[in-house]
Amino acid sequence: MRPEQGTLISRAQAMEALLELLTDQPVIICNGFPSREAHKIADRPTHFYMIGSMGNASAIALGVALAKPNKQVITFDGDGNVLMGMGTLATVAALRPKNFIHVVFDNEVYGTTGNQPTISNVVPLEKVAKSAGYVNVERVLDRDDLVYEFKDMLKKDGPSLLLIKVNEFVEDAGRVLHDPPDITRRFMKAIE
Amino acid sequence: MCLKMSGGKHSVIESDVFVQTMQDMGVNFFTGVPDSILGGIIAELMNRRLYTPAVREDEAVGMAAGAYMAGKTPAVLMQNSGLGTSLNALISLNMIYQQPCILIVSWRGQGGKDAPEHLVMGEVMPQLLDTVKIPHRTLTEKTVIEDFRWVAETFMKQRIPVALFITKGVVKGLHP
Repeated sequence: MRPEQGTLISRAQAMEALLELLTDQPVIICNGFPSREAHKIADRPTHFYMIGSMGNASAIALGVALAKPNKQVITFDGDGNVLMGMGTLATVAALRPKNFIHVVFDNEVYGTTGNQPTISNVVPLEKVAKSAGYVNVERVLDRDDLVYEFKDMLKKDGPSLLLIKVNEFVEDAGRVLHDPPDITRRFMKAIE
Repeated sequence: MCLKMSGGKHSVIESDVFVQTMQDMGVNFFTGVPDSILGGIIAELMNRRLYTPAVREDEAVGMAAGAYMAGKTPAVLMQNSGLGTSLNALISLNMIYQQPCILIVSWRGQGGKDAPEHLVMGEVMPQLLDTVKIPHRTLTEKTVIEDFRWVAETFMKQRIPVALFITKGVVKGLHP
């Protein structure tokens, strides 16, 4: 049981609040339900929706951030994804891209495959990021805090990590309709 | 594409010539995980401040994909063991999303003459890439210009990862 359970919002609610604060920034969204939900909430050409290659969302975002140092790059990640590619927390921290904002929706489960538990209930991922060397790190539980902290991170030099504890609720969202090669082309054009 | 390979026909390829040839091809984002065979190339890339180190090969492949979408022409350097580590990224990111990438892969375990951990991958690597439909070619001193031309053409045409295998002694290492 999670002690914070009663206070949590859903990932889709959190995502909606974040997307309201974003305009034309590149957003790399991890595989599984997060990409489907983002696609349903706001389908923007600046969104790179992932299917597959779990664990690599932050690496892709890092590549974009290094190649486009004047654009703020956001990644929407999950606890299972971060755990799978945890080395990338270290790489981001070592390379210190100022334009990198890492959002982690932490529901403590592999939601897309049937809510099997991850280990983020005992491993605080924001502390791992802080220890690795992320410059700004916050852990939030509700909408007001996440809006406040995300606005703040948009103004600061990163790398930053915002960990949002969310519940297990999954929005009724279908698969992303665009073909993957179209997602690539659309994203490339949008961030040129 | 302008290739200026120096030296005699059968001489070892110098690391700076290798890197310059890649740059002349337009490659402008280099990442990867080191191998001894690639030591000279990585040292030269670091001298030129062109190398972004990764901690795992699938991370390097992910970074290269991001850099590609942001307008760069990427190359990923790795030992062939890293093909195992990065296989899912290569087939469920690069191949599915049509994101090209030049893989510079050192061929450990070639001909069965290497440490035990390299022997299985060393033997099956070409078939493995054939199975997942990643085009590949082995760099030799004699065919170096054709090899790089093939990499450039295949990269542009197919928009998927392309692998160039580097065997021991073909490119000058750190300790000649």
